[in-house]
Amino acid sequence: MEASRRQLPNSVILLPDGRIDLSNADRFKDALLEAVATSKTAVILDLSRTLYVSSAGLRSLLIASKAGVARGVTLGVAAMQPIVKEIFTISRFHLVLPCFETVREALARLDPPALASYDAP
Amino acid sequence: MRVIFWGTRGSLPTPLSAKSVREKIVAALVKGAHRGLDTPEKAAAFCERELSFAESATFGGNSSCVQIDTGGPEYLLCDLGSGAREFAVGAVAKHGPAAPQTYHVLVSHVHWDHIMGFPFFVPAFIPGNRIRIYSCHARLEQAIRGQNAAPCFPVEFAALGAKIEFIQLEPGRPYAIGGAIVTGKAQRHGGESFGYRIEKDGKSVVYTTDSEHKMEDVAAIQAFVHFMRGADLVIFDSMYSLADTLSLKEDWGHSSNVIGVELCQMAEAGHLCLFHHEPIFDDARIHKILEETIRLEEITRSGRALRISSAHDGLVIEV
Repeated sequence: MEASRRQLPNSVILLPDGRIDLSNADRFKDALLEAVATSKTAVILDLSRTLYVSSAGLRSLLIASKAGVARGVTLGVAAMQPIVKEIFTISRFHLVLPCFETVREALARLDPPALASYDAP
Repeated sequence: MRVIFWGTRGSLPTPLSAKSVREKIVAALVKGAHRGLDTPEKAAAFCERELSFAESATFGGNSSCVQIDTGGPEYLLCDLGSGAREFAVGAVAKHGPAAPQTYHVLVSHVHWDHIMGFPFFVPAFIPGNRIRIYSCHARLEQAIRGQNAAPCFPVEFAALGAKIEFIQLEPGRPYAIGGAIVTGKAQRHGGESFGYRIEKDGKSVVYTTDSEHKMEDVAAIQAFVHFMRGADLVIFDSMYSLADTLSLKEDWGHSSNVIGVELCQMAEAGHLCLFHHEPIFDDARIHKILEETIRLEEITRSGRALRISSAHDGLVIEV
């Protein structure tokens, strides 16, 4: 699992690649916590390239979300692949984290001023 | 082995309400209208073929009690929840009070929902019966005796006619009990809890309820996977959703269907049976969780297929 990040003025978009499971959940958690620590408004997790998230990966998400709440930063999840979306529903994570169809939709809800930077070429 | 479920609900007995029964009848009548269901046979076939289990039956309301039929002359049970009463009534009716029997019981822990059936366990009242109650839990005898005492219950333990013995087991050590080999395993649960692996003739059943699993605790997970390794049937505490076990209900000592699938896949078990259902869930909700768990297994499968089922009072599984 590799994750690329895009820094916006007050938010971060994190884009992990591949599978998130027990073998890399800690690394994923560290990347999320770093993103939370360097954001002022929101961290958008773009899951468009993520094929699978195990319970360990979901736990990392919840830890980062709690860290974000303490700093006033909202963690949002966007652009899930169908399988990952099913896993979110089955585990009921869709009820504890804000989920969006697209990154743009997530930004529009969680950090609207960031849209201009996001849309800029 | 044959596994017979007498109580499958978590935390406390949860009877089906009159309103719920009425709703099921109304829904079934509407679905069966104009279908010529004018004999019991036709109606039964309609229920079997066209109604889901949640529509035509109920997962049930008794708390934990599971019978492991090893084919031998002596009985073997896991836990003495309220389901033990129904088991006991059937056993006494089968043999009659004049034919003494031996009952072996493995108790996971002494929280009330796992021992509350004992005061109503008819064989305990009958002289000649032998009841051997085993657990790795150190306070087993104290809890069972304390339950059969004033002001909680009118029949004192000393008044029970059967020969009742308490045997403390050591986790990790195999014992010959009731025609099977039984090994206990400590579990993460407030006040301590123990799972049991029951083996007979090359087949194995793991009874693991009231157990929380933290995937980040690699050593504990590896030990549990070893305990479950290759089991033909795993009866698993799936009381909450994964999200609940990691947030609101973290450290409440229970697990989820998602963790059940992951552990069974890691252990290459053959069959996961969801157990210890949350009392606030109705039949439709438990059925939906079953369907979702079957789907989760499908989309995460990398090797051998894992069979998924959901326990209900009266369910029989051949192992």
